[in-house]
Amino acid sequence: MKRRSFMIRSVALAALLAASGAQAAEKLRLLTWADYTPKEVVDAFTKETGIEVEITVSNNEEMISKLRATQGAGFDLAQPSQDRITGPQAEFGIYKPLDLSKLDTKLFIGSMLEATKKNTTLEGKVYGLPHIWGTDGLVVNTKAAPGVKDYLDLCGAEVAGKASLRAKRPTLIAFAFAMGMDPFAAYGNEKSYGEMMEKVGAKLTECKKNLKFFWEGKDALLAGLRAGEVTAAMAWDTGGWKLNGETPEIKFIAPKSGALGWVDTFAIPAKGRNDDAAYKWINFNMRPDVAAKVAASAGNFTASAGADKLAAGKLKDQFAESFPQAAIDNIKWYPAVPAGLEAIEGKILDKVKAAN
Amino acid sequence: MGRRLALFLLLAPAVLWIGLLVILPHVEIAILSFSQRVAARVYTFGFANYLEFLAEPVYWRTFARTALLSILVTLITLVISFPVALYIAKFARGKSKPVLFLLCLIPFWASELVRTLGWMMLLRETGILSHFLQAIGVIGRPVEFLYNDGALVLGLVYGGMLFMIVPLTNALESLETAQIEAGYDLGGSHLTVLRRIIIPHAMPGIVAGSIVVFMLTVGNFVTPVMLGGKNGLWFTEQIYSQFITRFNWPQGSAFGFMLLLLSTVIVWIGLRLTGQGFSETLRRS
Repeated sequence: MKRRSFMIRSVALAALLAASGAQAAEKLRLLTWADYTPKEVVDAFTKETGIEVEITVSNNEEMISKLRATQGAGFDLAQPSQDRITGPQAEFGIYKPLDLSKLDTKLFIGSMLEATKKNTTLEGKVYGLPHIWGTDGLVVNTKAAPGVKDYLDLCGAEVAGKASLRAKRPTLIAFAFAMGMDPFAAYGNEKSYGEMMEKVGAKLTECKKNLKFFWEGKDALLAGLRAGEVTAAMAWDTGGWKLNGETPEIKFIAPKSGALGWVDTFAIPAKGRNDDAAYKWINFNMRPDVAAKVAASAGNFTASAGADKLAAGKLKDQFAESFPQAAIDNIKWYPAVPAGLEAIEGKILDKVKAAN
Repeated sequence: MGRRLALFLLLAPAVLWIGLLVILPHVEIAILSFSQRVAARVYTFGFANYLEFLAEPVYWRTFARTALLSILVTLITLVISFPVALYIAKFARGKSKPVLFLLCLIPFWASELVRTLGWMMLLRETGILSHFLQAIGVIGRPVEFLYNDGALVLGLVYGGMLFMIVPLTNALESLETAQIEAGYDLGGSHLTVLRRIIIPHAMPGIVAGSIVVFMLTVGNFVTPVMLGGKNGLWFTEQIYSQFITRFNWPQGSAFGFMLLLLSTVIVWIGLRLTGQGFSETLRRS
């Protein structure tokens, strides 16, 4: 008797689960960065379209690895940086070409849309659209380390034991520029690029004694800067501006040799199951009012035409302080990374990290 | 017939578990480790990944460093855990025995990540230890205790202790108190009793505990990343970075196999040196 009622109950439960599964709302599985999806925006999107958004927060390398592991399945929309699309696409085929007719291209800043399309085109097909852009530069506690003006100053005595940077490719690129070389010009030539990276690696190894740690997550770095354990670091502008809001003497500085400009994009994974929802999300996010909210949350500007006029005054002021016109002109925008270069960089970074 | 079916059904979960979750992935990783990239999406069979490991000093240095530090961690864990286990097994009376055991166990109710973060709060420059030493005047200004090999070893020893204490306590509990007394009655000193009676009896526990602690240490990822900082490169980090940040799965697979080989060889040498059989150790502990 008992057993039977148990059976009945489990069958009923299973039926219930199946029914609720069938009724579940349409879903958009989004692979993105922290702070790009403020709750307010997600809720408004769900209210308007009935589509639920499932958010996974990640970074460039993990996005590519996750999609590679499944050959592009598991997510319906991803947000890799524009320079990291064609290489992995050529190597692993993890994205599908975009159907530009489904987009309201008027919502984008024209020049930025064209530049991103060009940079993410492989064999005549476009794989990425611009969403949020910003720069890599220096976050400096200007009271404790007033002399830090360029990347190489992180290796100076003024910040001995109190500097930090990421053991990732932007650091290699930045140091190459600061050492007077042009890594982007060498992108096409693996040999000369390799030699350049050897020099950068040697410099970084020498610089290592100056570092507190290699930062991985933004939060650990910001905590270090807040506590005064770190006084200068190579980091994103948004982190600097966030701290600037709390502690005025911490500033984001566009380095003398140039801030590095990145654009995070929208790209659709090869086995995404809900392209319609993905296009809806893109169009929704590019509306000026929505983009302004996302910009406020991320602390960066978007590629949405007109959103900057709606941006909060504070962010604009901070941008103006960090970027005089000359510094804007000096921003080094990443060209697409050719496949194969990452292996060279990886080995150099391994050596730097393992050196004592 | 029915019996055979029953046996088969009984074994099925274990066979499936080992087959699908242990053997199959290893076979795939083995195959992957022998493929080398020719061009985009073109791979051939070859030994390039293993040759790369041998040719590049960075990799085998990290490998050797991981092996040596893991052995060191295992030894330190053993030395610290032995008196604790001996006390719990032979000296604690009545209720204090389970209480002491529980005290060893409680920290492990929190995850490894949380325990490691705890150490970071204690050891960082603006942390508790630094403040305390300044307050009592031992040091004049904040000192960083994190991001060095000392912090790394400390964290790994702490993480391994329970896995040493449990088998040691088990092994020591079966030692007759009368046997220790007999040792003293026959004129043995503390050292002689320890060396000739207690340690030989505890040997299976020592070996079992050491194997577990060594395996956990060599394959640890969180603790080296968080406490070792800029100089604490651990071999598992090399594997992670090959897989995740370099997108080089074949190389990562080759590294994974080297790590498997390393731990197998060191465990084998350990068993040889102590004269313990593997199955004997498993049975007794």
